[in-house]
Amino acid sequence: MNYLYCAFIEFLAKFNLPESIALIIFPVLPFCIVAAGMLVMVLVLVLAERKILGFLTQRKGPNRVGYWGLLQTVADGLKLLCKENITPTSADKFLFTLAPIIAFTPVLVVWGILPYNSEFDLMSTPANLIIYLFLAIIPVLGIFLAGYASNSKYSIIGGMRVIAQAISYELPIVFSLLGVVVLSSSLNLTQITLSQSSVYGVLGWYIIPSFIGFIVVFVSILAELNRCPFDLPEAESELVAGYNTEYSGMRFALFYITEYAMMFANAAFISVIFLGGYLSPFGSYISNIVFGDSLFANILVYFEQTFWLLLKTGIIIFLFMLVRATMPRLQSDKLLKFSWNIMLPLAILNLFICMVIKGLGGLL
Amino acid sequence: MSRMKLNLGPQHPSTHGVLRLILDVDGEKILGCEPVIGYLHRGMEKMAEGMTYLQYLPTVDRVDYLSGFFNSYAYVAAVEKLLGIQIPQKAAIIRVMLMELNRIASHLLWLGTYLLDLGAVSPFFYTFRERELILNFFEKISGQRMMYNYFIFGGVRSEIDCLEEVEPICKTVLAKLEDYEKILTENPIFISRTKNLGIMDRETAFAYSITGPNLRASNSHLDFRKLSDLYKDFEFKIAKAEDGDCFARYKVRLDEIRESVKIVLQAVEKLKVAGGNINTGLKPLNLKIDTGEAIADVETPRGLTSCCVKADGSDKPYRVKWRTGSFYAVQILPKLLTGHMISDVMAIYGSLDVMLPEVDR
Repeated sequence: MNYLYCAFIEFLAKFNLPESIALIIFPVLPFCIVAAGMLVMVLVLVLAERKILGFLTQRKGPNRVGYWGLLQTVADGLKLLCKENITPTSADKFLFTLAPIIAFTPVLVVWGILPYNSEFDLMSTPANLIIYLFLAIIPVLGIFLAGYASNSKYSIIGGMRVIAQAISYELPIVFSLLGVVVLSSSLNLTQITLSQSSVYGVLGWYIIPSFIGFIVVFVSILAELNRCPFDLPEAESELVAGYNTEYSGMRFALFYITEYAMMFANAAFISVIFLGGYLSPFGSYISNIVFGDSLFANILVYFEQTFWLLLKTGIIIFLFMLVRATMPRLQSDKLLKFSWNIMLPLAILNLFICMVIKGLGGLL
Repeated sequence: MSRMKLNLGPQHPSTHGVLRLILDVDGEKILGCEPVIGYLHRGMEKMAEGMTYLQYLPTVDRVDYLSGFFNSYAYVAAVEKLLGIQIPQKAAIIRVMLMELNRIASHLLWLGTYLLDLGAVSPFFYTFRERELILNFFEKISGQRMMYNYFIFGGVRSEIDCLEEVEPICKTVLAKLEDYEKILTENPIFISRTKNLGIMDRETAFAYSITGPNLRASNSHLDFRKLSDLYKDFEFKIAKAEDGDCFARYKVRLDEIRESVKIVLQAVEKLKVAGGNINTGLKPLNLKIDTGEAIADVETPRGLTSCCVKADGSDKPYRVKWRTGSFYAVQILPKLLTGHMISDVMAIYGSLDVMLPEVDR
């Protein structure tokens, strides 16, 4: 980072700008990159989901706009931008507008917390795991607010369901993550990533000691993302569109972006926690194996690290989509029972196993 | 949240048509339900009074557009009874084969849309794939995919020249049915959403005049095919289940597809050796029927459909009355839905396989 910072100051000096401006602008820049990356990633994800679901259901998916349908999401986004923003007369206008903003804003920060490689690690505070968990739940509040502010019956049932769902599935997530925290003795995502590094690559990842935790977190995150089979808040066949029944235009698009951006963030989060984040699955990085310890190889490693993270995230997201293509929706009351009766005990069992493993490791 | 009235429909993604359910809900719990029908009323019965017998024939397919052959058959058979004509053996076999294929297509569509109602997206496309095969066959013989207008008074309209295509279709359907059962019958989510839900015992079902697979799922073996002369040469079992819940109705429909495949295969064998005419050569134009009244019953995928035709000696029916299975399935909804959650509405309603055009006519 220091090298880049100096280069940035020099760059500004060319335009006769003082160093203090660099001090202000420089920390913001990575977030701009993240925000831009997020929008691009959302476009890719939406298309990927439609394509994958298409292939899984004997269809072609979008294939008209652009080559192989690549511009379909862009076209859809433009369409939504041009649409009229309708506010129902009975809705609370202030909250109705505020809800998508509340849902969308934390997503940007959440994306900034994740360690993408050993340098591009923007908010490496000692306990950023906790910050992540706090921020990742805020979109749920936005969704609830949307359901409440719409003042429509379908919306309010959707909003009601989203809160019940989030409360019951947040606990198993936290308990499963505690297992990992115990194993790594850290609440910092970078530390958690690094503590998974071993010469055996995959064998060092936390998915092995805390496999139950991985399953619990995977399922609970599906529930928190309101994805199938837990898509009750917007259950299309029951509640028409659930919380966003009354939304249109860009406000609706914000919910849509939130949904997919959170899906990516949470998938990346799972890979950081359980799949070694940006670590290579082979123990050492391919760049180092091929090019030795040269400067070029060390720069290449950054890209390789990001590649590994994206690959792992991609696999998790593919699993999300596979689940969506396979499963029917759960019933609302059984959903809660499932969380309290099965997921939470499993998470606690996982915590216990992790503690035993950690204790044994300490003894050895 | 306090009590409120929730208007489900008439424009709702999973009422498959335009049914309006006024639900009295407390939170997610349903305290009462009032179905409102009539949004798809086309006056099928009144319309008949202004049309000649032949003119009315193409419209009857629309009574229930997913099982056109059955409606056609009910009307045609009623008119044949009035005329007192016997249809050739070959035409009868063709009618049975087409109706059973139509039953398979209808049940496949039900399976797909039912799972769509339960929130599973993909089965819809898979069942449509097999339904497509059947519809393609129908298109080849009648020129139409849904509104066939293939049965005529005294037989069927034309010869079937692509009979060899039927057996591969049946094989595919059977093979894919195995796949569906593998995914669904053991699926814990599917079971938890359908088992012990919307239970309808035999007496209730009879009291509400429920017929068809819905009745047979409630431990009854009333199948009007067994009572009909048309099916007397065919061997098939009556698909039946004991529990009367949504899962039982699912099982019955899947078993019925298997039985229908058996009937179709038997019909194909019979058709291979059958000779003779496919219709009586009756000239239907300006057909005048003497005063009289006749009813024809047929077991459709949604229960008993009866068509009653009253003739007054002119070339137009004096009155045509339809009795359809779905109408009664809608009636029982308040009884089945009360006490359940909103997310169960679609599970129960979908399992009854209500076809709105058939309800309103």
